Amino acid sequence: MSDLPVLLEARAVAKHFGGVKALRDVSLTIRQGEVYGLIGPNGAGKTTFFNCMTGLYVPDGGGFVFAGAPLVADAPHRAAERGIARTFQNIRLFGNMTALENVMVGRHVRTRAGVFGAILRNGATRDEEAAIRRRAEELLHYVGIDDRADDLAKNLSYGDQRRLEIARALATEPKLLCLDEPAAGMNGTETEELRVLIEGIRADGTTILLIEHDVKLVMGLCDRVAVLDYGALVIEDVPAVVQHDPRVIEAYIGVAA
Amino acid sequence: MNKWLTPRSSLGLVLVAAALIALPFIAGMGGQAWVRILNFAILYAFLALGLNIVVGFAGLLDLGYIAFYAVGAYTWALLASPHFGLHLPFWAILPIGAVLACAAGALLGAPTLKLRGDYLAIVTLGFGEIVRIFMNNLNAPVNITNGAQGITLIDPVIIGQFKFSATSTIFGITVSGPQKYYYLLVLLALGVILVNYRLQHSRIGRAWQAIREDEIAAKAIGINTRNVKLLAFAMGASFGGIAGGIFAAMQGFVSPESFSLIESIMILAMVVLGGMGHIPGVILGAVLLTILPEALRYAVVPVQKALFGEVLADPESLRMLVFGLALVLVMRFRPAGLWPSPERRRELAEKVR
Ligand SMILES: Nc1ncnc2c1ncn2[C@@H]1O[C@H](COP(=O)(O)OP(=O)(O)O)[C@@H](O)[C@H]1O
Ligand SMILES: [Mg+2]
Repeated sequence: MSDLPVLLEARAVAKHFGGVKALRDVSLTIRQGEVYGLIGPNGAGKTTFFNCMTGLYVPDGGGFVFAGAPLVADAPHRAAERGIARTFQNIRLFGNMTALENVMVGRHVRTRAGVFGAILRNGATRDEEAAIRRRAEELLHYVGIDDRADDLAKNLSYGDQRRLEIARALATEPKLLCLDEPAAGMNGTETEELRVLIEGIRADGTTILLIEHDVKLVMGLCDRVAVLDYGALVIEDVPAVVQHDPRVIEAYIGVAA
Repeated sequence: MNKWLTPRSSLGLVLVAAALIALPFIAGMGGQAWVRILNFAILYAFLALGLNIVVGFAGLLDLGYIAFYAVGAYTWALLASPHFGLHLPFWAILPIGAVLACAAGALLGAPTLKLRGDYLAIVTLGFGEIVRIFMNNLNAPVNITNGAQGITLIDPVIIGQFKFSATSTIFGITVSGPQKYYYLLVLLALGVILVNYRLQHSRIGRAWQAIREDEIAAKAIGINTRNVKLLAFAMGASFGGIAGGIFAAMQGFVSPESFSLIESIMILAMVVLGGMGHIPGVILGAVLLTILPEALRYAVVPVQKALFGEVLADPESLRMLVFGLALVLVMRFRPAGLWPSPERRRELAEKVR
């Protein structure tokens, strides 16, 4: 795997909230095409890492290089533009829009029509609008909820909402898809379906960064895994090694068991 | 296209069109004053639909919307009156007014759209007042706005030889000035309805709704929330500017007191009372809030005379009382507005429960 080109490099990323050091100089490297796991106990700083990467938080130190160029801090919409899409630990859908509309909004960053296009509704705008709709329908089908297209997002089941959030993220055509605990609250069947979905997304060429508590899911899916504990990187290696590292067992698996 | 033009909907369309054409003549039977009230109802509907882009679609609370109306009105007043001796044609002034109002919108929006909810409301409220006070005081050292006296003898809308202010006979039918303005206003209103509708169902409209629903998620999928909000602000402002121009031409007179805070609040009330974000609701709100107070004014004095033998409360103070009461009642019993969009009604029903 190590011969694959680097997609994302975190360089000594630090973030603190008052006295809480949520991230202590975290450096890690994600390569193109891999499923990269980020694990650690609650409060370890995983979500904070996502937030720094996607521009929701400005890191207090360090930074990110993505696809060969630095990521601008404090410009959340830029991250999506550059090709980083994410889902949220506590699902954030547009509740009063339909499932289809949620995915259609996801196309925003890859489409162009502006105010004048909208008002004049010229050929180019109509074509673009049709393409947006078509792609959104495809993506709903891809994640397996095309039968819910016209339901409001807030009325979907929990598992379907997770899928919808993934479809919306995929609509932005990401190079890197970041999933924050996508299996949280799912039962065994749903988790297995999710695993199949993530495998499929990877097979289609999207790199995946996965925060997850379900150790079995992480170990089964990921090519490499990083472990965070109290904001610091403990280890970054293939699952077989991480699983048996004494520090990890103490910091995470030991605690969980 | 064909799926809309069923025999039934075409018949409905014809009836609505016939009603719209006949309306100023029906109102004219009660006197030209009623035609003027009708015109104001449409002008306010136009304004409310402009504000609806900002408040209803993008979810930004703007309490200074009247400022853009003022910019449009003064643009017309200064470019088509003896004040500077300029008499530009309407097809030049109206776009200039729209562009200036749009620029004012961008000027206000650019530094403030990072603010949320209440903070934005306060800043826009201040902006509205600043614009009014400027109009009030820009008469010295150089007299630009003529201060509190305002500007008089403003040109009406003139297209070629066709003057909108004068009565003329067309195909044997006598059409008064206000009646002519009525048709112009209806055309403009149809335009703003179309724009509202198309914006709502577009890439930009979806982005506005997304921001309203969850700004963080909207950012995360790559929506440049600041620019998209600014767009809503500038769009709304442009429509305010156009409405202001027509107002100046129709009245022939503008002064700062037409652009007070209460006007901003009235327009906002039309949007909220009618049904935020829902085009037919906003129109209903504007028409009701324009016509009812006028009807009340005509009714109050005779009714009081009949009941008490004398006039106890003057119509103007009753107007505010009734207006306040109406707002309270509507918000209590129909929190989503008189005619909300189906989605919004559902949304609010759940929140209240
Ligand atoms: N916005 C914030 N303000 C203050 N503290 C925060 C904020 N976000 C996260 N933290 C703190 O940073 C630490 C890491 O949190 P988080 O990244 O959410 O952990 P994880 O996702 O690994 O469970 C926790 O101690 C949390 O309380
Ligand atoms: Mg977390």
